[in-house]
Amino acid sequence: MNVAQNTPETLNSGALDGVIKLAVMAVGGQGGGVLTGWIESLARHEGYSCQATSVAGVAQRTGATIYYVEMAPAGDGVPVFSLAPANGDVDILIAAEMMEAGRAIMRGFVTPDRTTLIASSHRALAVSEKMVPGDGIADAGEVLAAAEIAADRLVSFDMEQLAVKNGSVISATLFGALAGSGALPFDRAAFEEAIKRGGKGVDASLKAFGAAYEKTRTGTTDDSDNILPDPETKLYAQVNGSTKQKAAYDSVFQKITNLPSEVRELAEPGLRKVVEFMDVEYGHEYFSRLQSFVQMDNAEQGWELAREAAKYISNAMAYDDVIRVADLKTRAARGDRIRTEMKAGSGKLLQVTEFLHPRAEEIVGMLPARLGARWEASPKMMARINRWFNRGRRLRSDSLRHFIMLYILGGLKTYRRRSHRHALEQAHLKKWLDLCKKTATEDYSLAVEILKCRRLIKGYSDTHARGLSKFDRAISSIELLKGRNDASQWLSRIRDAALKDEKGEALDGAIKTVESFARN
Amino acid sequence: MAERSFKKEVEHLKLGEGQTFTGEGILAITKALLESGVGYVGGYQGAPISHLMDVLADAEELLTELGVRYEANASEAAAAAMLAASVHYPIRGAVTFKGPVGVNVASDALANLASSGVNGGALVIVGEDYGEGSSIMQERSHAFAMKSQFWLLDPRPNLPSIVASVKKGFELSEASNTPVMLMVRIRACHVTGTFETSDNVRPALTTHDALSSPRKDFNRVVLPPMSFMHEHDKINNRWPAAEKFIREHKLNETFGPENHPIGIVVQGGMYNSVIRSLQRLGLADLYGNSQVPLYVMNVAYPVIPSEVLEFSEGKDSLLIIEEGQPEFIEQAIGAVLYKNDRKTRLSGKDVFPMAGEYTGQVMLDGLTAFLKKTMPEILPGAVRAPNQEAPQIPDISETVPIRPPGFCTGCPERPIFAAIKIVQEELGEHQISGDIGCHLFASLPPFEIGGATMGYGLGPASNAAFDGGGDKRAISILGDGGFWHNGLSSSIGNMVFNRSDSVAVIVDNFYSAATGGQDVLSSRADNPTKATNNPISDAVRGVGVKWVRQIDRTYDVPKMAAIVREALTTDYDGPKVIVASSECMLNRQRREKPQRNLAIKEGRRVEAPRFGVDEDICTGDHACIRLSGCPSLSLKHLDDPLRDDPVASIDQTCVGCGNCGEVADAAVLCPSFYRADVIHNPTSWESMIGKWRSMMITWLQNRRSRKQVTFGAAS
Repeated sequence: MNVAQNTPETLNSGALDGVIKLAVMAVGGQGGGVLTGWIESLARHEGYSCQATSVAGVAQRTGATIYYVEMAPAGDGVPVFSLAPANGDVDILIAAEMMEAGRAIMRGFVTPDRTTLIASSHRALAVSEKMVPGDGIADAGEVLAAAEIAADRLVSFDMEQLAVKNGSVISATLFGALAGSGALPFDRAAFEEAIKRGGKGVDASLKAFGAAYEKTRTGTTDDSDNILPDPETKLYAQVNGSTKQKAAYDSVFQKITNLPSEVRELAEPGLRKVVEFMDVEYGHEYFSRLQSFVQMDNAEQGWELAREAAKYISNAMAYDDVIRVADLKTRAARGDRIRTEMKAGSGKLLQVTEFLHPRAEEIVGMLPARLGARWEASPKMMARINRWFNRGRRLRSDSLRHFIMLYILGGLKTYRRRSHRHALEQAHLKKWLDLCKKTATEDYSLAVEILKCRRLIKGYSDTHARGLSKFDRAISSIELLKGRNDASQWLSRIRDAALKDEKGEALDGAIKTVESFARN
Repeated sequence: MAERSFKKEVEHLKLGEGQTFTGEGILAITKALLESGVGYVGGYQGAPISHLMDVLADAEELLTELGVRYEANASEAAAAAMLAASVHYPIRGAVTFKGPVGVNVASDALANLASSGVNGGALVIVGEDYGEGSSIMQERSHAFAMKSQFWLLDPRPNLPSIVASVKKGFELSEASNTPVMLMVRIRACHVTGTFETSDNVRPALTTHDALSSPRKDFNRVVLPPMSFMHEHDKINNRWPAAEKFIREHKLNETFGPENHPIGIVVQGGMYNSVIRSLQRLGLADLYGNSQVPLYVMNVAYPVIPSEVLEFSEGKDSLLIIEEGQPEFIEQAIGAVLYKNDRKTRLSGKDVFPMAGEYTGQVMLDGLTAFLKKTMPEILPGAVRAPNQEAPQIPDISETVPIRPPGFCTGCPERPIFAAIKIVQEELGEHQISGDIGCHLFASLPPFEIGGATMGYGLGPASNAAFDGGGDKRAISILGDGGFWHNGLSSSIGNMVFNRSDSVAVIVDNFYSAATGGQDVLSSRADNPTKATNNPISDAVRGVGVKWVRQIDRTYDVPKMAAIVREALTTDYDGPKVIVASSECMLNRQRREKPQRNLAIKEGRRVEAPRFGVDEDICTGDHACIRLSGCPSLSLKHLDDPLRDDPVASIDQTCVGCGNCGEVADAAVLCPSFYRADVIHNPTSWESMIGKWRSMMITWLQNRRSRKQVTFGAAS
């Protein structure tokens, strides 16, 4: 459905001069009803005839909802107002979320001849965006671009964040932005009176209202909280550890600094990740693996192969295992982060419960390589271990007993080199990198795509197994693609398909397509 | 207690003669009932008239004072049956429910009522759920009025008109011995406005007093031969009486110039929308003064032929504006014109769409098309010859995701469906039927559990064909609202009697939750005027179910999954019923949050749980979301060049229900989730232990950080 075709030409009959038509589009639970109540109360107190309607019902359970208000200066008669917004005939559109602004535009409620669009730029993700195994988040930039064209005036900033920062909810900041926009012929005090008459959470609402009002008036659209840190400072993250440790780290870090800057950009965080995962020695291993790709690459190709190698070799080397989880969960920085996030300041205590569910695979993975391999090959042994260990464990990581358990596990970082899981990961890594290198000599871009397939391996237990199987299926299609001009495009398509759904149905479909033309 | 309280607004219902009422449509209806001397009221909740039930419940004290009996009926059928009091007694009664699904349920009683005829005014207030915001199949209640013969009022959607319709409705009902249905559309129920009130009137005869001198009339019984007499009475007496009343009291209205070559016939409920289009075309002013004649049918059924003939007199063309299908009014008026040899051309569904809501755009397009055909000269130039290019706005329909309703944050139904999904992963997909209620959201992603829904309380009944069993057992879902509405007999009784080998899961959230949190028999709250705390499991056992499993904390996903697994695999081949009970989170938060805040303020010890995700541990596969869909569990992009996919993230709206952690455990997902309990006002002993613990932990952490390289944020 194309929006523009639905937009009627401007009708200015004059019969509706002075009438203000305002629609609120929100997500159920955002307080659209409260906002509508304020607007109505405001209009009536300022001597306007006013009518409000809403579509209630189950849509209010987290679905898209709409409220509609019309007002006109009170005269001798009773105005006949509409109960629903019409395309091309809305003066003020308040969208409490960015995609709802998009929906309003699609429905033709935002038109360049008349509409002031007040839209919070934040996102409340729809289920369809969230459940995709890859990245299914809709492009808010596209909606913003459309809004700039569709609206006569656009007021847009993160009103959700501003509300939360002021201890209130978005209805207050939307009301503030409405006041600040000057789209209604009432002054600030009249808006504030409406909030006071509402009588609920008045102080917090007024504070958030004021903040949004100021922000809209002064026209500042940059978000001081969202300023990205300087890339240079990001590159040189602070190194903690003993002097000796730091010196050791410096030896490998120096190697990285000699890489081309395009590669360095990813190699530095990559190095940090693997060093944190195990030790500095592991960092050297990382560098030598990366180095072999750098040598095969050159600036003409934009160092694409080396860049992807820097990224995915690091991810592959820092695989997700019990030891890494235990280490991350016992770090001081994590405790501080939770304390801030949960607002557990002074005078409050924080209890943290971890949800772990180890299976035999995880236990066996931690055993020395040979023993682990032997036990894993024995179904009887695996069943026994499952019987002993396979159940949900809830650990109170704020208690000393459970903290120490995790702490000890997290301390096995360097022991891990000798573990069964490490042997498996190393073998997998080698096979994958060998394939990349072999391919790189024949088809550079296909090799890049092979590196990128590592993205498919993620998660723990079943999720991890499913990821591995997707990876294997994607990689096995290379045999079919080899020698084709468009091999890399196809592998990229196959990878995208694998990230579309959980079971890999789209992936199977894509592979079938490849098989069909490969046979011909 | 219902989700929305009207305690404050109910005060407005006490306004007297000459005062001004300002508020919502449903409150105006309630006020009009009281001003009409109604003797009893009742109904069954459902959008868009749920709030009318809530208003009545909150006004119970005032109703009792006035001698009005309020009944929260068990179903629409029960509500309609209650109108039987008006058959024999001169008492006015009103019931309310949603249309057309509520009317479907009530139709047995309504048909009997219409056959018997009434003595006291009987009013059925139907919230017509058609168009945007509707959650049901799109049909018209109009057909019921025609088949059973009760009069259908469809007033203009403003408060004075709606109030007048209530009052005139009772009079019409009494004048024609026929029940009257007052239809209000979704937005009209919630439209705000003002009207001048009059004093409330006590019923001349209360239901209480009526019991002192019971009445009966053999002729009112729907049995042969009286039923045949009723049929003739409808046509020979009641219909003419109704027509006479409608004409004499001018229930239908005409607006605009008298002599004009064209005219518009419109359902009352569509009036504002028509005026808006005329305003935009410059053919009406702000106050609704139209340049085109309008015949507004505040009575949608029956059509009054004499009025139609008068209105069409001297007109070349008539436009019928009638939303929905079939186009009953258009057909009726066509017949009137044809049989009276009128040459007036009839338009309606030729310029308007047969199906779907008449939105602002549809109305403008339809009216414009009609005028272009009949009187193009009165249209503004811009419409006749558009010379302005419509602005090109980028198409974002591929980008903007749909946003259907879903389970609220912390909803206790989410873990039930997560458990069923987990069990299905092991045992394969099963035949699952759904029911009406919040639990129907499970049929949408991410759960996609349950397909067909055949009606309220009919979940298990709609699986009856599979009662004989097979390789895998059929599962059906039933809510507590549906269970008490109809499910106990039609679904569970049916399973028992037919020795069903299938599984019914009853979702017990302590309320009729989808309709706004009204109490039902099994609600756990103490309700001062209603009997609650009647357990569903007792009722189920009472009708003969032997295999019953009660779970009192649905958030225990491993246990929930174990029970579902047992039900699907047990050797027992009779009906298996799982009652899964936990309180609706929306209502629970509404109840507990103020108490909790007060306790914190007063310095009492409070534990506040919330969940979090360790973003370094989350790998961005989103398996947790596929078992949740919770609004507070969302995604965010990390500022990390090594990561491709966004990671899970829980915002401050999390209520700590536990589903995330339980699911991570039951489905063996990942160790990223943690629950953080913030203890407000801890005891001094707790604080001491806490301090000591954190000292030890800090010491251990420092010890380790000296031995290895880690990276902090740049300073």
